[in-house]
Amino acid sequence: MKAKQKILVAMSGGVDSSVAAGLLQNEGFEVTGVTLKLWGGPSDTGCCSVSDVTDARRVADSLGIEHHVFNFGDEFEDNVVAPYVRSHAKGLTPNPCIECNRHLKFDKLIRRARALGFDLIATGHHARIVEHNNGLRIARGADFSKDQSYVLHMLSQSQLRQLKLPLGEMTKTEVRKIAASLNLRVADKPDSQDVCFISNVKGSRKKFLEQRIELTPAKVLDKNQRTVGEVESIEMVTIGQRKGLGLSGQGAPKYAVEIDAEKATVTVGEKSDLYCSTTEIKDLSWTDATYPTPVEVQTSAHGRTASAIVTSTVEWAKPHMKVAPGQSLVFYDGDVVVGSAIAE
Amino acid sequence: MNEKIIYLDNAASTPIRPEAIDAMTTVLSDCYGNPSGAHKMAREARRLIDDARDTLSHGLGCDPKEVIFTAGGTEADNLAIFGTQGSRDGTILASATDHHAVIAPVEQLGGQFIQVDENGLLDLDHLTHLLDENVALVSVGLVNGETGIIQNLETMAEIVRSKAPKALIHTDAVQAFPWLDVASLTQSADLISIAGHKFGSPKGVGALVVRNGIKISPMQLGGGQELGIRSGTQNTAAIVAMAAAADVTVKNRKVTVERVAKMRDELADSLQKIPQSYETGVQVHNGTADRSHKIAGSCHFCFEGIESEALLFMLEQKNILASAASSCSSGAQDPSHVLAAMGYSRNLAGGSLRLSLGHSTTWEDVDIAMKVVPKFIESLRKTGS
Repeated sequence: MKAKQKILVAMSGGVDSSVAAGLLQNEGFEVTGVTLKLWGGPSDTGCCSVSDVTDARRVADSLGIEHHVFNFGDEFEDNVVAPYVRSHAKGLTPNPCIECNRHLKFDKLIRRARALGFDLIATGHHARIVEHNNGLRIARGADFSKDQSYVLHMLSQSQLRQLKLPLGEMTKTEVRKIAASLNLRVADKPDSQDVCFISNVKGSRKKFLEQRIELTPAKVLDKNQRTVGEVESIEMVTIGQRKGLGLSGQGAPKYAVEIDAEKATVTVGEKSDLYCSTTEIKDLSWTDATYPTPVEVQTSAHGRTASAIVTSTVEWAKPHMKVAPGQSLVFYDGDVVVGSAIAE
Repeated sequence: MNEKIIYLDNAASTPIRPEAIDAMTTVLSDCYGNPSGAHKMAREARRLIDDARDTLSHGLGCDPKEVIFTAGGTEADNLAIFGTQGSRDGTILASATDHHAVIAPVEQLGGQFIQVDENGLLDLDHLTHLLDENVALVSVGLVNGETGIIQNLETMAEIVRSKAPKALIHTDAVQAFPWLDVASLTQSADLISIAGHKFGSPKGVGALVVRNGIKISPMQLGGGQELGIRSGTQNTAAIVAMAAAADVTVKNRKVTVERVAKMRDELADSLQKIPQSYETGVQVHNGTADRSHKIAGSCHFCFEGIESEALLFMLEQKNILASAASSCSSGAQDPSHVLAAMGYSRNLAGGSLRLSLGHSTTWEDVDIAMKVVPKFIESLRKTGS
């Protein structure tokens, strides 16, 4: 009899990764669960709090699999939290989930798994791994509303070869049904929040940044460079933002259309000023030497896509909402991720 | 867990001694009366607790009336620190390498921490610098839980008495009790914490020695048990078990220490041969390691180029159970504040391994560990994780 393949499943304590572990066990893998302790102490509220570790452990107990906790706190601080803060200090809009996937879940964890003798790792992400042009690619999950291919766009061939995504073909409703049928205690647990190290409570992001950097007050200018208001901290302003600019009651709604961290100014304009025909990019990469043109471009984790021609810049087919500098642009051919870049 | 386990985590908790189990089960089945009650079964329970107090007092070199039973070492430490703070004004000092059960209360009360040198010994110059007449409490653990390093309480106490005459001295002797003559080594301490499960009793029971005449405010109020310092119905069975375990521990201590020290030395000498390995707080002179300031059960190393978590995972696959730094409540290994205080880089501290031997450790356990640990370290260094 062939020995079972050993797979390490990253279990956050949520319903998705719990079901992933259960499905792989039913498929005949020798499953071990691991929860990554990335952030905070006993009182944290994020996705790696003690209570979530307990959920993951109790799910593992009920499946009869081993469960471990790996403390990747130092790496998380160095590769996710510190760059997040630095980006905000420069007036950029970072995406910490992408950096966490890049450095923690699919680099550090894969290396650890190999060292410990595992054949594969798995996560509960809603995305698929598909064959495309003789290689493996990330493609959208079957549940478009839960699709996470955007935050997995950076995975390399070697990472994809060592990875299984058991939920790729499923809708969230199906996942919850399976959780219930497996009697998993997390079947009805709400979905997790976006940035796991900052709580959802209003004002938390500001409080968090305040502890790490000095926030810079900024002038709010109109398109004619006249000062029309002030904000307490330029680090808290994002392109497209309307609220919190201190301009209410001054006529038609105004939006942040440009942020200059060096000069500490935020320029506001009409909604129409938020649209552009070109987005400057850096760190452009394609999965293949040849790629389609135009491509479909997604500019945020759960955003719609828009058609564009990508050269050294992104030329939108139709005027497109400005992309906040620092955000990732992910290029799709149909459902398949074929490239990415970062907005400048 | 029927397979043969190689248990090298005695600093975390110890196997329960048969004497403790016997004493405990008798109480559980036959003497369930409330020790605060008036009838004969209650009085019997009370007698058992007071007998246990007598036994403990021999091991701790104190008067029986000075022994306050608690629900463990953490409670004893908290009671010592918060309890004295409630009745005295002044600042608090603690060793930077103390257990979290000391560090967290001291931090909350705005206390200061005494540095240690690279060998983990208290920096007496720094202590002198921090001391003044306002200091109300100095807390220094007798033996460090991670590294097994022993502090010289007498020397420390002399300095405290001369510079801060009002200060009380507390020592967390939780890790010391199985290995050292706590009774004589803690004579200068006003408050002493111990925990049963470090020497063969069940978890959830400990004691704080409060020297006669020292005023301490209770942390919990109620029926006034334990001289009013620790209200709450006593855990008769656990207290009796702890006393039985303490009795055997003290009687056998000399023999156990000699036997275990031999095993530990052979184990540690063999791990010394691993390239880029550092035995914590131990100096090697002319090929001989001086471990005189470490307890016999402690074998603690840092290995460059590996991560403790990965090593512990692999050891567990071979049924070798050990630890690195103290585990946090989630079960993850937290970076060690002890090694940080000793000046170890975060990277090197991340490759620590604590093999802690105990009264039940055998030569077979040690032989297996000596074979397996170097092999796994080599393999982890090759895979680079």
